[in-house]
Amino acid sequence: MNVLKNIDSIRKDFPILNTSINGNKLIYLDNAATSQTPNCVINSISDYYKNLNSNIHRGVHSLSQMATEKYEDTRKKFKSHFNAKSSSEIIFTSGTTHSINLVSSGFSKFLNIDDEIIVSQLEHHSNIVPWQMLCEKTGAKMKVIPMNNIGELDLNEFSKMLSAKTKVVFVNHVSNALGTVNDIEEIIRLSHSVGAAVLIDGAQAVPHFNVDVTKLDVDFYVCSAHKFCGPTGVGILYGKEEWLNKLPPYQGGGEMIDEVSFEKTTYSELPNKFEAGTPNIAGVIASGIALDYINNIGLGNIKDYEDHLLNYATEKLLEIEGLKIYGESKDKTSVISFNIKNIHPYDIGSLIDNLGIAVRTGHHCAQPIMDFFNIPGTIRVSFCFYNTTREIDTLVDALKKASTMLS
Amino acid sequence: MKIKDIQDEIVGEFDIFETWMDKYEYLIELGKSVPVIDEINKTDDNIIKGCQSKVWLHAEQDGGMIRFYADSDAIITKGIVSLLIRTFSNQKPEDIINASLDFIDKIGLRQHLSPNRANGLNNMIKKIKFYAIAFSKSN
Repeated sequence: MNVLKNIDSIRKDFPILNTSINGNKLIYLDNAATSQTPNCVINSISDYYKNLNSNIHRGVHSLSQMATEKYEDTRKKFKSHFNAKSSSEIIFTSGTTHSINLVSSGFSKFLNIDDEIIVSQLEHHSNIVPWQMLCEKTGAKMKVIPMNNIGELDLNEFSKMLSAKTKVVFVNHVSNALGTVNDIEEIIRLSHSVGAAVLIDGAQAVPHFNVDVTKLDVDFYVCSAHKFCGPTGVGILYGKEEWLNKLPPYQGGGEMIDEVSFEKTTYSELPNKFEAGTPNIAGVIASGIALDYINNIGLGNIKDYEDHLLNYATEKLLEIEGLKIYGESKDKTSVISFNIKNIHPYDIGSLIDNLGIAVRTGHHCAQPIMDFFNIPGTIRVSFCFYNTTREIDTLVDALKKASTMLS
Repeated sequence: MKIKDIQDEIVGEFDIFETWMDKYEYLIELGKSVPVIDEINKTDDNIIKGCQSKVWLHAEQDGGMIRFYADSDAIITKGIVSLLIRTFSNQKPEDIINASLDFIDKIGLRQHLSPNRANGLNNMIKKIKFYAIAFSKSN
């Protein structure tokens, strides 16, 4: 299916795109924060509560068995989508942040005061703070891979930082603030050469292109369903089986146990060891429907179309006087971060909101990047396959109007 | 003038604007034209923390009245800040403590106070009240 030819029918799948905001038709350009939800995903949630609602992995009754089957089928879908070796390498969490915390907290078992861990300057706070907490707990030191002024990581510097002391490296696949696609193949190869584990934050990658964890040879890969048209509150954590077996459980509770007595508890096998309590069953099943939806359009088609939107928007935006784009890597997803003259991004965002245009303004939970450029924040537009060049034209007109008002 | 009357006056001024653009143009003008704080008082201690735009607030007491001085790095925020200063400056601490603020909602700028904007404006109103409480206790 070619997205460009079917854009009208694709847009019909997303009821929210017909919403009016401040008397104007919504133009939703904040997809890197969360993507919109198609009818099939909304219906899946409603169907679950109408026809399937029961607790999984527990009941002998038919409804519980049906719900369990759907939930476990979803795990298989993600296993095959990411090309994991086994379904037990797929853990459902509440989101990317939860997944990262699960892994970082487990690493306290392996780190001591002489160890080092490596992050990149391009990270979202959720891939910085949990690891800082790990450093506080263990005494390990954190090093930072620097970036250049077009928003690309300096892998030459990275290779110099690595040593036998390096225990874990955690980098995003795609920067949420700038859209840079990082060379994670090289990062993983270099990290493994010194025996360090690698966690890749794929929250901004999975909606835009295919990811093969076996080919990447990555130790942990994490993402959130709401970034690829799924519901909020569902995250996917891929971990190599050997690593997931080594990591201690993150939360204690029901479902994750083998046997419990007041003297000693033994834990379940994977993946249940990391899924304590009743999970977001409806959300997980709906995430599988969202995965089917994007795969039906085809990630190759999605990438081609989003690249087209990115190029079109970049060209049009640069026609605006005084507009500066931050993040000009050759390899980018459909994200553009920019400022106009020295106008505060909040002012522009407030004005164009009156025209029904949703963009993100601020530091995008990536303050180290804003500090690097010495700016308070940016305006960020991020496209999804349901956006159109006409919407980009409206955005450009609105920005020109706002810039005139604020200059 | 009492706080309530000032608020009514502001609502009256905004009533004449027919479009959101006129309203924002006025706010931008207010933001540009009002020198609200001395540079010397733009200290880190006076920053009201918010997610997006920075707001500075400084207060002094003068003959039983409190004078507020403020600024922001975003012009629309600064426009709203100047309206807050106009409302609360030169008032007695107890009047500030007891005042209910409704003009921002009435002039259709409520979205700037939503937690989502997290721009420090809500915190600014809290800080104005804290100053009033502190000055009322020191009197």
